[in-house]
Amino acid sequence: MASFKKIARRSFLIGSAAIVGGVAFGAYYVSRPAPNPLKPGDGEVAFNPFVMISDRKITLIAPRAEMGQGVHTTWAALIAEELDVTLEQVEVLHGPAAKAYYNSALMSEALPSTGYDKSRFMHSLGELLGQAGKLLDLQVTGGSTSMKDGFERMRLAGASARETLKEAAAQRLGVSRGQLSTKDGTVVAPDGAEIAYTELAADAARLEPVDAPLRPRSEWRLLGKSQPRVDMADKATGTAQFGIDVRLPGMKFAALKANPHLGGAMKGFDAAAALQMPGIERVADLGDAVAAVGRNTWLAIQALEAIEFDWGAAPIPASQEDISAAIRAAFEAKPNSTLRDDGDAETLPDGAQEVTADYEVPYLAHATMEPLNATALFDGSRLQIWCGSQGPMLVRDHCAKALGIAPEQVEVNTTLMGGGFGRRGETDFAVYAARLAGQMPGTPVQLTWSREEDMTHDFYRPASVARFRGAVKDGKALLLDGQIAGQSPTAQAMKRWIGLPPSGPDAALTDGAFNQPYAIPNYRIRGYAADLQIPVGFWRSVGASINGFFMECFVDELAHAAGADPLAFRLELARQEWAPAAKVLEAVREMSGWTGTTPEGVGRGVAMTYSFGTPVAQVIEVAEEDGLIRLRKAWIAADLGVGLDPRNLEAQMFGGMAYGLSAAMFGEITFADGAAEQVNFPDYDAIRMHTMPQVEVRILEEQPHIGGAGEPGTPPAAPALANALFDLTGKRARRLPLARDFDLLA
Amino acid sequence: MSTTLRINGKSHQVDLPEDVPLLWVLRDEIGLTGTKFGCGVAACGACTVHIDGAAARSCQVALSDVWGEVTTIEGLGTPDAMAAIQQAWVEHQVAQCGYCQSGQIMQAASLLAENPAPSDAEIDEAMQGNLCRCGTYPRIRAAIHAAAQKMQEA
Repeated sequence: MASFKKIARRSFLIGSAAIVGGVAFGAYYVSRPAPNPLKPGDGEVAFNPFVMISDRKITLIAPRAEMGQGVHTTWAALIAEELDVTLEQVEVLHGPAAKAYYNSALMSEALPSTGYDKSRFMHSLGELLGQAGKLLDLQVTGGSTSMKDGFERMRLAGASARETLKEAAAQRLGVSRGQLSTKDGTVVAPDGAEIAYTELAADAARLEPVDAPLRPRSEWRLLGKSQPRVDMADKATGTAQFGIDVRLPGMKFAALKANPHLGGAMKGFDAAAALQMPGIERVADLGDAVAAVGRNTWLAIQALEAIEFDWGAAPIPASQEDISAAIRAAFEAKPNSTLRDDGDAETLPDGAQEVTADYEVPYLAHATMEPLNATALFDGSRLQIWCGSQGPMLVRDHCAKALGIAPEQVEVNTTLMGGGFGRRGETDFAVYAARLAGQMPGTPVQLTWSREEDMTHDFYRPASVARFRGAVKDGKALLLDGQIAGQSPTAQAMKRWIGLPPSGPDAALTDGAFNQPYAIPNYRIRGYAADLQIPVGFWRSVGASINGFFMECFVDELAHAAGADPLAFRLELARQEWAPAAKVLEAVREMSGWTGTTPEGVGRGVAMTYSFGTPVAQVIEVAEEDGLIRLRKAWIAADLGVGLDPRNLEAQMFGGMAYGLSAAMFGEITFADGAAEQVNFPDYDAIRMHTMPQVEVRILEEQPHIGGAGEPGTPPAAPALANALFDLTGKRARRLPLARDFDLLA
Repeated sequence: MSTTLRINGKSHQVDLPEDVPLLWVLRDEIGLTGTKFGCGVAACGACTVHIDGAAARSCQVALSDVWGEVTTIEGLGTPDAMAAIQQAWVEHQVAQCGYCQSGQIMQAASLLAENPAPSDAEIDEAMQGNLCRCGTYPRIRAAIHAAAQKMQEA
């Protein structure tokens, strides 16, 4: 069992060595762990970056973005489990932006391994390690990594703080530490007397931290059981503070307008009329955008409408047809990656039946419920910023650069997020607020994007096209050869985040296709990077949301061609490759009472995608009602390895599915003259109360590793629905959104 | 122009152009931030409040048109004294990101005031204007049924 100190050292060694390419500096760096960013006040003790105890209260730091996934609760539970406190008696804070809060699990996500078999596909290791090394320094919430990252480290942090408190009590009582026990925030003496942690904090602060081994699962009190979320009461009473709810004395409200022709310049603007409008105090030039500042957000939005702009053209093909053609043109160049190449994918096996199909998915917006916003105050040398962010260190660095100040001069306050989905891993909304605050020193200002601004200035989930070819014989799959073309989201994001020039294969281009746990003897997946300047980025499950659709629709087509039941067909492929993938399929078979046949007017589809360390199978049932197709029921099985909080995992699974279904049914962003044509929810609808199916979730714990939870529920949703529509109508769904080709209830 | 509003049992005097939507008066002028901005076009329901007890989209109600007493999520109940519907939300652990939930709860409270025992179809009808990008709908439905039952027993 690794100790807390060793884990920190090991991670820093890998991270720093990768950055400078030498172990020597790494070794030096190791002896100087990242400083504890917590600055305890009078009477407070920070035991480590995650546990702070004063004479009044116990504070746990959960430095991950709470965007709905429940991370603050489960992260705190990891610490509380070993610290021996209840979640009711602690305060859970996000804490500052700091190196100490780096994400140690992002690295393995960046490796082009299948994940379920980590020994494969390591040929690009060196190149990707360099990128991951830089990422390692970053405090990032993404890639469904929080629990993989925190599972061991946070329990060790809790255990170390507990033993140190016990040591303080032992010295006070003149007994050995082994004679003491702990319970609900107190140390219990041999005679049963209890000393509160808050009473011991000052003494414990003078001791060297004590390491302790982790308790076995059989002794867990909190983990593995559903915990009431620490943010629930606030969210049910309107008292939870999101970024958009920050209120500072004397604060002004502002709204933003940038060139709708994405990437085009702002050549000029005339704000004379806007400045005459009631309640408007200022119109600020932010370089490539304008902010109107006034006494409330709505007046600011109105003022922007009154400004005459001279926008430059976008460096993007003028029509959607031209964009699609540019994506297809990527197939003509050499592949960006061939991350799987088993057997011989060139040759059609003897006597096999060939199957081919082309697929297409559109660009997608994130459409978080809370429009983008940030609040900033610049005092002439120091910047304070408040916003929901999945990458507060990036916010710090990018805002510092925008104002020409040192990163240490920026204080980032990370708020609750009204959804993130990857959009709040970007920093544009914070940088605009920083630039605006820089023009009005001493006055706090909140910069909010209208829904229209938010939807038309996204870093979109890339559109993608696929050409699949396969072969079946005697009811079995013998060949699967997929080619997938789209913009590389990783190349753009790495450039924006840490200035890395685009290079090397992007695993996200084919994630969800190359790494599927199917034993197909001839199995090849090639990715092609399209050369387009449309802003793209990470979107809940990213590539797996694209390729899960391609792959699982095509596997369904193979099953059909083979004359096999689509669930049984998958089961056979999964059993030979990786048992946990078969188990989730078996689970949905049992849960749904799958028979392979459906009554007239009812259709069922199945899909299974392995992503972010978690295999998820879904069965969706559709029915024709009054001439429209309604989603009636869904069954989901997911293998998390360790189900840390079953009720929260259930929510992540059906929530992830709902996000995938929203996109599959209705989601599409198209561009004309480089401007998004969908601007608000009436053009970009999502699943709603009456269109959401009833859902049943089962969490399995078969696999040996802890899997991700935030994203893996999304990828199987679209193909399970598409396959159900085929079962109902006999028509294959090969493009999204499905509402274009099917009469879905909306 | 000076306008007097009754909000959560208190009077508020605001001096603003009469076309400013109630949503922004609540959030930016009075500081009641529980009511949320989602779309500005009545397509998401995040801004739902009650006017004289009935659900209304506050982004579409101009200041000069506010026709009655306004209740916001803050007026429905507080963390220490929650309304039955809010308790049901906590018991069923409905919220994920939570941003839409003020609007969902206000819409649900309005439904229950009119219809103390709504069917699934009636819930669909009443709640379909309230968007949730986290997909919490199954638990919203369960919480509405639970609150209905509790309120009938009370």
